[in-house]
Amino acid sequence: MSTDLSKIRNFSIVAHIDHGKSTLADRLIQETGTVQDRDMKEQLLDSMDIERERGITIKANTVRIDYKADDGETYVLNLIDTPGHVDFAYEVSRSMRAVEGSLLVVDSSQGVEAQTLANVYHAMEADHEIVPVLNKIDLPASDCDRVAEQIEDVIGIEATGAIQVSAKTGQGIHETLESIVKDLPAPTGTLDAPLKAMLVDSWYDAYLGVIVLVRIMDGTLKKGQRVKFMSNDTLHSVDRVGVFRPEMEMVDSLGPGEIGFLTASIKQVRDTRVGDTITNDRNGTEVALDGFKPAQPVVFCGLFPVDSAEFEDLRDAIDKLALNDASFSFEMETSAALGFGFRCGFLGLLHLEVIRDRIEREYNIELITTAPSVIYHVYMKGKDNTVGEMIELHNPADMPDMSKVDHLQEPRIKATILVPDDYLGDVLKLCQDRRGIQLDLTYAGSRAMAVYDLPLNEVVFDFYDRLKSVTKGYASFDYQMEGYREDNLVKMSVLVNDEPVDALSMMVHRDRAEQRGRAMCEKLKTLIPRHMFKIPIQAAIGGKVIARETLSALRKDVTAKCYGGDASRKRKLLDKQKAGKKKMRQFGRVDIPQEAFISALKMDD
Amino acid sequence: MAEDWQNGGFGLYIHWPFCQAKCPYCDFNSHVSREIDQFRWLRAYLSELDRVAAETSGRVLNTVFFGGGTPSLMDPDVVAAILERVRRLWPTSNDMEITLEANPGSVEAGRFAAYRDGGVNRISMGIQALNDRDLQRLGRIHSVSEAKQAFEIARKTFSRVSFDLIYARQEQSLDDWQSELKEALSMAIDHLSLYQLTVEQGTAFGDRYNRGKLRGLPEDDLAADMYEVTQAICADAGMLPYEVSNYAAIGSESRHNQIYWRYGDYAGIGPGAHARLTFEGKRHAIENWRNPTKWLETAEDGNGENLREAVSPEGQATELLLMGLRLSEGIDLARYQTLAGKPLAGTRVETLIDIGMIEVENSCLRVLPQGRMVLNSVLSELLVD
Repeated sequence: MSTDLSKIRNFSIVAHIDHGKSTLADRLIQETGTVQDRDMKEQLLDSMDIERERGITIKANTVRIDYKADDGETYVLNLIDTPGHVDFAYEVSRSMRAVEGSLLVVDSSQGVEAQTLANVYHAMEADHEIVPVLNKIDLPASDCDRVAEQIEDVIGIEATGAIQVSAKTGQGIHETLESIVKDLPAPTGTLDAPLKAMLVDSWYDAYLGVIVLVRIMDGTLKKGQRVKFMSNDTLHSVDRVGVFRPEMEMVDSLGPGEIGFLTASIKQVRDTRVGDTITNDRNGTEVALDGFKPAQPVVFCGLFPVDSAEFEDLRDAIDKLALNDASFSFEMETSAALGFGFRCGFLGLLHLEVIRDRIEREYNIELITTAPSVIYHVYMKGKDNTVGEMIELHNPADMPDMSKVDHLQEPRIKATILVPDDYLGDVLKLCQDRRGIQLDLTYAGSRAMAVYDLPLNEVVFDFYDRLKSVTKGYASFDYQMEGYREDNLVKMSVLVNDEPVDALSMMVHRDRAEQRGRAMCEKLKTLIPRHMFKIPIQAAIGGKVIARETLSALRKDVTAKCYGGDASRKRKLLDKQKAGKKKMRQFGRVDIPQEAFISALKMDD
Repeated sequence: MAEDWQNGGFGLYIHWPFCQAKCPYCDFNSHVSREIDQFRWLRAYLSELDRVAAETSGRVLNTVFFGGGTPSLMDPDVVAAILERVRRLWPTSNDMEITLEANPGSVEAGRFAAYRDGGVNRISMGIQALNDRDLQRLGRIHSVSEAKQAFEIARKTFSRVSFDLIYARQEQSLDDWQSELKEALSMAIDHLSLYQLTVEQGTAFGDRYNRGKLRGLPEDDLAADMYEVTQAICADAGMLPYEVSNYAAIGSESRHNQIYWRYGDYAGIGPGAHARLTFEGKRHAIENWRNPTKWLETAEDGNGENLREAVSPEGQATELLLMGLRLSEGIDLARYQTLAGKPLAGTRVETLIDIGMIEVENSCLRVLPQGRMVLNSVLSELLVD
């Protein structure tokens, strides 16, 4: 049903969390009659509970809207709602490539916030036409002039004529639709060319198999067509072609500039890679779209069931989640401390949290999460002073004996941080503390942009939390992987009552080992309850103890008076204690509470 | 087959809920009331005794204990009438122990002979401290000299007299306590109850503690030291620590309390009293209405109980452990196994033996003195499975 290119507008919405992106999207859908009022629900496009609850978007969602404009013509508007978090930076960049313009939505009572910047840069990188929209003008604190000026200062786009909208009351929605038609460019593409489509996102559906969200660049996608996914050279027969309104609606074909979906009896999301190029199986295009990168987990952690009897349930849950998430990897892991579980790889910390939440919530399995780690490259000693094979280390517990290791490399990132200059000092200190190397520092208005080369392992744990806390949330953070570099890294193990606790071992820089070790021992001393005997807590590198604390013995806890009447009360108390004990893990003779595994690693700086 | 309670015997507890003044540390079911119709209360006690006796007829009653509240505020005629009814309802052992808790005031001391004539043969006095400053801090209405006079009267009237002291008080040093304890031992006849001050929620002390206004309480280490010297000093004086907070010359232990700790059966009469009673092989936990008026009215209507439920065999095994391990004599593991349906064993028991907290000998599990101070931890280790 190829649509005339000049009648198509493809766009995304860029906004800070809470600035009303989802409500605006809901309103556009409603205004054009795409969804009947009775079918409206809040945040129509966010399909997962976690997305709705956290107000974040994890999968790209899309909706096709037919709009009869004031010029009498009917236009097809395709909105792609993109993920908005650095963990999904690659996915965002692909979604941005699939559209030609963006609405920049700013809360007119709040102004530009840090996160808006990170997302607007993605739009600029994709050469988008950007239409500023000032939202929430119904609020008493709304100040459109000030916010428009701020947009010009900070982002550098013209905003004097910005559309004033209240997504809540519906004011300005019509103007927004008109502006999409008038101000955003139509897509380009060639109908008489081999099919060239970008795979924007994909997910698993129990009835249809994998659903592939595509943007057609050139040519036509039809039902029954044989197509090739260029990155892995796989062939598929297309059994359905359709669009989202936002429910699925089948169509015969999609032409250049259009956004829709295909299904082809694909079993695993793993086989469909975001950014891949789809073409005809014969006489297809020679040149794939640029910018394709296979998903690469960068953060790893262990997930263990609290109740070890739930291991099989956990396996089942992880299998199912992995079907729908190509960027999530896992393998079985055994820990002396925590029993059977899985070592899982994620795109970043948010991704980790989302997966963990979904397992706990949707599958009702309580989890122990071990400290996040990155992949280290361990170069073994070879023969005759040469460097031997390289081992990828996903788990510090698996670190080979140091005497057999030649050297270690760790992943580095290039981090870009935008921050109001009031907080700059704290941000620089934080980066410095995390072994950062400053690459650049520039100012835009009252905002500073600091670019740092940082070790990823210093970032994966609580860097976001710290950054948020030192800047009161006014910083944006974005990063890209910069490859591996050698550094003086060692494995620090933790011994509680002389027993090594594998789940607490970590890789650290040699120069920081003592400091980290001390902090870790002190923290554990507060996290482990006193026992009937004293407990040494030590941090060690190899056989050498670098920090030590002693948790003194509990000397008295007996109830002075206990008569007949107290038996019931006391029994209930003991039952409660028993339940509490079950939530601890025993190491030798010491019971360690679960939260210690994560809390012990949080550095309060 | 014998029933489990027979390992501990059968006793009767009678609760008198009234006091002249409420002590700030006390979380027992005690109330201050001006107008008490003691004979109305007597009728309620008698009716409850009749009811419980009908369910436990034929059992030999080993002990009676009047607790409170302040039972030494009871009219001696009321006490005598209760005891007369008790003797009519149950066969009693020849040497039945009948204890009454008493305030060490001069008025109470004047009633001691009348209590004795009514059948009471043991007095337990709440002396609490041997210095007047601390008595005031504890909210006690008697003075040291009054207490000593009352004690003199008690020892002339009864062959068995015990008294209570509270230690680990505000600003009390180890030396202070040692000399006070030695003075107490020079007075003591055959039994002492020595409790460390415990701040309970819902008491005046609890409120003050929560507001940070209860200062000078000993740190855990000092409290532990005090507990250690108490055991040693008492043992030297021939008062053996037979329970966590109780010390006695051999053969003078409180038989009534031993029924609790040996996990026997006990009936409870009066507001808030608890009971463990075995009917047709099933042990029940019974609780009376706590509020005095509510109890009085329901008792008059025929039943003052608020709760009666069967305790599962595993629950009984737990109770046996948590009561029995308070005693130096420990518990019989075979008895535990019969109740629990499985032996008490495993690595945690081994560890506790290893670190010197408990010992097992001839099927008897005992908590050693060091372990007794951390009995809650020992128990939760034993019960963790």
